[in-house]
Amino acid sequence: MEVDREDGRSQNQLRPLACSRNILHRAHGSASWSQGDTKVLAAVYGPKAGTKKNENPEKACIEVIWKPKTGQIGKPEKEYEMILKRTLESICILTVNPNTTTSIIVQVVNDDGALLPSAINAACMALVDAGIPMKHLAVAICCCVAKSGYVILDPTKLEEQKMKAFAYLVFPNSVRSVLPEGSLRVEGEPIENGIITSVTHGIMSVADYFYCLERGRAASVKLSDFLRRNLQQQSTDSSRAG
Amino acid sequence: MGLSNASGDLSTEVEVDAFRCLFPLRFYEKHLLESIRPDARPLGRARETTIALALAKIGSTTMLAAIKMEVMTPSLETPDEGCIAIDFHMPPICSPIVRPGRPAEAAPVVAKQLSDTILSSGMINLKELSLVSGKAAWMAYLDIYCLDADGALFDTALLSAVAAFSHLEIPVVSLNDDGKIVLSEEQGLSDREPVNKEKRKINLSSIPFSLTCVLHKNYILADPTAEEESIMDTIVTVVLDSSSQLVSLHKPGGTVLAYTSAIQDCIALTRQRVKELQKILEEAISGMEVD
Repeated sequence: MEVDREDGRSQNQLRPLACSRNILHRAHGSASWSQGDTKVLAAVYGPKAGTKKNENPEKACIEVIWKPKTGQIGKPEKEYEMILKRTLESICILTVNPNTTTSIIVQVVNDDGALLPSAINAACMALVDAGIPMKHLAVAICCCVAKSGYVILDPTKLEEQKMKAFAYLVFPNSVRSVLPEGSLRVEGEPIENGIITSVTHGIMSVADYFYCLERGRAASVKLSDFLRRNLQQQSTDSSRAG
Repeated sequence: MGLSNASGDLSTEVEVDAFRCLFPLRFYEKHLLESIRPDARPLGRARETTIALALAKIGSTTMLAAIKMEVMTPSLETPDEGCIAIDFHMPPICSPIVRPGRPAEAAPVVAKQLSDTILSSGMINLKELSLVSGKAAWMAYLDIYCLDADGALFDTALLSAVAAFSHLEIPVVSLNDDGKIVLSEEQGLSDREPVNKEKRKINLSSIPFSLTCVLHKNYILADPTAEEESIMDTIVTVVLDSSSQLVSLHKPGGTVLAYTSAIQDCIALTRQRVKELQKILEEAISGMEVD
């Protein structure tokens, strides 16, 4: 079904992605991620000694600070911090450095739709840059459902406001393995089909939601390829002075 | 381990409590193998739910909701719509981890989730809150106080908010000579034409109901207590409205990845729960109207 999007993209097309790591010098790890006009900067400091008061000292602790572009910190920022914290806790290996705190600071540079997924991608790349041990990467994507029922990926802010509902989905990155395909399946599904995080806004039917999941999984494969190329390329540029 | 004959023997009872504190995950896993939970609930069953006025209880989690109405001028973009402001408070009474100077981390998150769910579900038509188009409209302040936090905070908060809106009666007001809205005393006494004839209730369409589940390995536990939530960190909240549309599916991270089968099971459990909650809400409302 032909859908007219304002910037001429097709339904499943993502905006141009750009990611650069090691851009801040005092932070232990940093990354800047942009999807079209949405740009987010993430910095990682850690692991630092000690955990916060109510946290389990037998595991590493993750702390997220979200800074909006303008305005005071309110409930939406606290919600983003909580979602980011739980998502990153599930991808980091917390038993490697017990009784430590890793702080991730996210600064919104520009918000043009799909802000939370961009922030999750930026934070993940910053963690890679800092060398924090992780099980796998988190690949985040935004899917919108329109009133007439079609699904588009990676909306701009205008598109997000016009849509009936949207869902932010985070998947593990796709796996390229030398092992035979059957051995990496859980309950008959490949590992990268599992959802790490899902946040939805607006009303959609259950069938629409499962359709979004399918589209999101397909897009996460493309995003994983982009991440893989980006990480391999920068690791060969080892002559960059820190 | 003596779990089956823990009733009589004091020494085995002490062992069970110690085991529960020292190895909580293994304690739970022993129960999950028998498809039961320590409070003798089957895995898919929620705790006992009661609604009295605007006090909702699911198991021990207790929430009180109160609505205050105020007249305000509507915004220019929506001159014939009122407004709802939702806030969720966790006073120190609810849990030992909440202290007066240190607000609970969960409070602003649940407040925002509630606000998003209630406004996006379309339960309340904001045009019903309008008084005089362009000049005056109702602003409803919904405050929810958590009195006892024992898991499934969002479910109980949503239930108490829905109960509060079901009981809400909009007072009779009239426009006085200065163009201000004042409360009318009684029908006959006032010589001014009242804006609305009688105290009316808000019409609620497509009420949202929710169920929180915890995922652990292959098990799905519905309606967790605070203890279960703290040990097993993967929490999924599904909100469905009365026509089975998905209002929200909230899964913030967690060690367990959710595959399609797990999500379908959670949605199926939520559908059952919606039917139970609809019955409980109807009984509570009809109980109130008898008074």
